[in-house]
Amino acid sequence: MVLIAKPSKNNIKTYVPIGLSLVSLSFLDVFLYAFFNLNLTAFLPSQLSYFLPLILGFIGFYLIRIEFSGISSLDILNKNINSSNFNALLTLFTIFIIIKSIPPMLDWFILDANFVGNSKEDCTGDGACWVFIKVWFNRFMYGLYPDAEQWRINTAFLILFATVGVSFFVSEKLKKYFILFLVFVFPFLGIKLISGGSFGLEYVESAAWGGLSLTFIISAFAILFCFPIGVILALGRRSSLPAIKYISIGFIELWRGVPLITVLFMSAVMFPMFLPDGTFIDKLIRVLIAITLFEAAYMAEVVRGGLQALPKGQYEAAKSLGMGYWRMNALIILPQALKLVIPGIANTLLALVKDTPLIFVVGLMELAGMIGLAKTNPKWLGMAMEGYVFAGLVFWVICYAMSRYSQNLEKKLSTER
Amino acid sequence: MSKIIELKNVNKWFDKFQVLKDIDLEVAPQEKIVICGPSGSGKSTLIRCINRLEEHQKGNIIVDGTELSESTKNIEKIRAEVGMVFQQFNLFPHLSILENCSLAPIWVKKLPKKQAEEIAMNNLKRVQIDDQALKFPGQLSGGQQQRAAIARALCMEPKIMLFDEPTSALDPEMIKEVLDVMVDLAKGGMTMIVVTHEMGFAKEVADYMIFMDEGKIVERAKTKEFFENPKSDRTKLFLSQIL
Repeated sequence: MVLIAKPSKNNIKTYVPIGLSLVSLSFLDVFLYAFFNLNLTAFLPSQLSYFLPLILGFIGFYLIRIEFSGISSLDILNKNINSSNFNALLTLFTIFIIIKSIPPMLDWFILDANFVGNSKEDCTGDGACWVFIKVWFNRFMYGLYPDAEQWRINTAFLILFATVGVSFFVSEKLKKYFILFLVFVFPFLGIKLISGGSFGLEYVESAAWGGLSLTFIISAFAILFCFPIGVILALGRRSSLPAIKYISIGFIELWRGVPLITVLFMSAVMFPMFLPDGTFIDKLIRVLIAITLFEAAYMAEVVRGGLQALPKGQYEAAKSLGMGYWRMNALIILPQALKLVIPGIANTLLALVKDTPLIFVVGLMELAGMIGLAKTNPKWLGMAMEGYVFAGLVFWVICYAMSRYSQNLEKKLSTER
Repeated sequence: MSKIIELKNVNKWFDKFQVLKDIDLEVAPQEKIVICGPSGSGKSTLIRCINRLEEHQKGNIIVDGTELSESTKNIEKIRAEVGMVFQQFNLFPHLSILENCSLAPIWVKKLPKKQAEEIAMNNLKRVQIDDQALKFPGQLSGGQQQRAAIARALCMEPKIMLFDEPTSALDPEMIKEVLDVMVDLAKGGMTMIVVTHEMGFAKEVADYMIFMDEGKIVERAKTKEFFENPKSDRTKLFLSQIL
């Protein structure tokens, strides 16, 4: 009656090998079925055959669940994924789902996908038609920007990346100038380069801008402007001067209470009606202002959270040293408050980047917008899946990079230890 | 002798609750005054009024010839001359000890960075933590933090130092190192107003003792007289409880 005894240190030599082989067997069965369509247990009734790996795995996990076994790897395994019957089941489900989902994904993305060709007709496989992305790639990056002028966008981004890259390696003193250049000079230089109209550069109207480069341009400008405006609104909301306080509250609540899509629509359609005849503000600029003010309201609330988290003593210490309002905030309060809310700031900025596709309502096409346009092209109908998977991947890469950067910043600025 | 701090008939309310009642107080340069009293008696509020961390509603407060009023300029001028040490240290956690000390001299007194850091190092030496200058406040013990806070206040070269229960948040074995610094400062001739329950310290340095209760100054006397021969019953009761 050895097998009926409860798994314990005494029978560890029998139970662990049996248990591990049962668990491995269950994984192997699921793996073979998922990858090679090979059903080892086909001779059994179909329902039993279907649940057999689960049963085998469950028994296996039960047998190896020995507390303080003295084998450290087994203890770690038990503690993390096999601490109770329920957790063992969850573990099995999770692993089975992962194994089962790999083959269809692999098929669609790579094995059955089509990479060669120039038209939809070249896509004969069952998987994704990456030809679509390949053919439209230029449009997805640059929108309707004329091909011959695209070097201007490339140059602008090259300057940006080069400056950022070099700034990582220069001394602290020089870094200040790099940052000043990036914040105050480059944005306008870059825009001038892309829009043209002077220095012998052909003018390219903003309606032709689009694709991923437009995503970057809008995100970068909105981030650049919404941040200081948000900080000022946050300070304003906590001001002791009633006029400033209530204007700030009114502004924040107004913009936070309206969906971005309506704000964008108003900026494009209603706003021009209020302008005197003959004045014209570029659609892109109007959209940019709308997104900036919208996100600034959110930013203000995030920053206010940080301001409120600071102990009163910090304000008092700064005041008692003779610092005035602006010096106190610039030197003592904001550096600490902003550091506290880096995760919240990152959150807002990520949301901002992912909100940019909404500019389609006013006819501007950034990456997702261009994909929406391309998938309705009669020659490329039915490509929505490929397009949006591609857009999702690109947005994910951007957002993940931002998220990593914010985590690094948090670590770098931490002085707690 | 001319007075460096004058409080005339000062009254203060928190909403309807009156925390300070008709306070009159004069402090001459280089005088050391210790304020004691039960909690809630208004002693912290009183010294916080002197650099206007709290606003008084009635009466006059004149510090070094400048009257405290709504004028922001006057307030900032007085605050730069009056150093304050808090119960909770209130060091700036995002800056090193050296930066904590040199920040205000650089930005408020507009000293060149080098000179400000020199002053900071001198004051850190004075409180014997110059070896911790490059650490952050979070890396120091409570006693070291409070000494750093004293050094930070001294860097503004104040004419008056206010201490708001400087040792109340410290572990017993750290109280002495902070009190030693304060005794040293007192002997150097600084004008000091100290709110504390450390009666040993009070006996050693105070010229005058002030006993407050329920927002009023109950007794003001020379230190020796205060401890040996207190006049009011309330003071006697208080002293019997804490000595």
